[in-house]
Amino acid sequence: MTTIDTARLAGMFAAIADAMSADRDRLCALDGIIGDADHGIAMELGFSAARDAVAALDTGATDPTTLLNTAAKSFLNAVGASSGPLYATAFMRGAAAVKGKTSLDDADAVAMFQAMAKGIQDRGKAEPGEKTMMDAWGPAAQAAGEALASGKGLAGSLEAAAQAAKSGAEATKAMIAAKGRASRLGERSLGHMDPGAASAVSVIEAMRIALTG
Amino acid sequence: MQTKKIINDGNRAVDEMLEGILAAHPRHLKSVDGSSRSIIARDGPRQGKVGLVIGGGSGHEPSFLGFVGKGLADAAAIGNVFASPPPDPILECARAVSGGAGVLFMYGNYAGDVMNFDMAAEMADMDDIKVRTVLSTDDVASAPRDQRHKRRGVAGNFFIFKAAGAACDRMLSFDECERIAGKANDHTFTMGVALSPCSLPQTRRPNFEIGPDEMEIGMGIHGEPGIARGKLKTADEITDEMLDKILDEMAPARGDKVAVLVNSLGSTPLMELYIMNRRVKRRLDDIGVSIHATWVGNYCTSLEMAGASITLHRLDGELQAMLDHPCDCAMFRAG
Repeated sequence: MTTIDTARLAGMFAAIADAMSADRDRLCALDGIIGDADHGIAMELGFSAARDAVAALDTGATDPTTLLNTAAKSFLNAVGASSGPLYATAFMRGAAAVKGKTSLDDADAVAMFQAMAKGIQDRGKAEPGEKTMMDAWGPAAQAAGEALASGKGLAGSLEAAAQAAKSGAEATKAMIAAKGRASRLGERSLGHMDPGAASAVSVIEAMRIALTG
Repeated sequence: MQTKKIINDGNRAVDEMLEGILAAHPRHLKSVDGSSRSIIARDGPRQGKVGLVIGGGSGHEPSFLGFVGKGLADAAAIGNVFASPPPDPILECARAVSGGAGVLFMYGNYAGDVMNFDMAAEMADMDDIKVRTVLSTDDVASAPRDQRHKRRGVAGNFFIFKAAGAACDRMLSFDECERIAGKANDHTFTMGVALSPCSLPQTRRPNFEIGPDEMEIGMGIHGEPGIARGKLKTADEITDEMLDKILDEMAPARGDKVAVLVNSLGSTPLMELYIMNRRVKRRLDDIGVSIHATWVGNYCTSLEMAGASITLHRLDGELQAMLDHPCDCAMFRAG
């Protein structure tokens, strides 16, 4: 059983920010093919802002909910765009899911993870198969829940989530975009991975390493 | 290889631009205290008037803040390059211009803008500021005719915001302002063509690839792919191709009246825009459509992208009166 405290969650944002910096140009290039080429910039900017905002908190005196809400607000204000409301809603829902806890056990962490995916879905109103970040987040949340229910623990659950996100993102290549900027492309979006799904894979993988590594 | 730009720091480009704009236009513009990305008109917002807040990503200058001023928009919320502003600066704009008669949010139809402006509208509602939204969807290349509501808003914003701003300035009711804004959108049709890409200040890499002898018809103002790529043609052929699509949809009758906007996407010079406009005039003459007014220049750009767009705004008595209504903005004046 893992116990995740607020400091660990702050470390998670630092890890995601690093991952986004490393991924920035690849994500911009993916976005350039079917969108407006700024996705990597927005993700780097948003998670850097979230990292800095939570690093400024006194983690000893902050509960996970406050930390996640702080991350949400700083991400949103740094970015706007589409990823701003989507990830801000994700972290706000994650915050609500662990309200009242001072640290997270395996079930709490998976609940947080699933609430994040639900928040993205509610805000963006994307359904599976519409070639968006939901095609990574949706299967990931489901896989995490199933793995936990089968007794796998947090490491196994997030491993299953990361795998599912990866296959989900891969599957977006065969999808025609129905939501977001690429939806005006119709069939011309075929063959290309959705940049939001691609970044989701990196975010989830960074979360997995930071929370269970 | 990185593109060449006159900047200091890609991440500071938007804020440094805003500093420069406020320095250049102190008579027209100021920022909201504590919210530097909320730019409001010094003259315009007033008690009893419907407030008009426009906005969107940076990189389209003079859109959006160039159209802030008496008789047009009361405020613009400024996002990062090609990215919607977050809810906070939008909310600050709404607060700053609310005159108790409601606030109209108007912006181009993009998923990110819709989410952020909607969140701001929900927050404004908690402050008892009533917000209504009219999206611009003038880009005929971006979705089929029966899905007009899915289309992007592009350079036609110029006419759509102009009509709404005039309605607000005339102290019309919230309902009327909203109706006229929506009608102006329904009467506005834009097509674009791109010849070469732009590059974001943070990446300084071309945002799409296009051959040296190619053009892309219907490309969006963020470099979103258009409807067809082909060999570069002559100005008359390109203009015809764009106009055919616009006219097919607008279906003007002989004797109809329009306003014309020939807009540069950034680096295409006035010379080429005027060559296009020559053809626009001939084509409209041929079908007996008269031109009430024409604007040629940079109105809705895409950084340094080469290319242009043509917008026709079909006028009736009401929309003509809105278009002719005086306005005095930092980067645009009429009447």
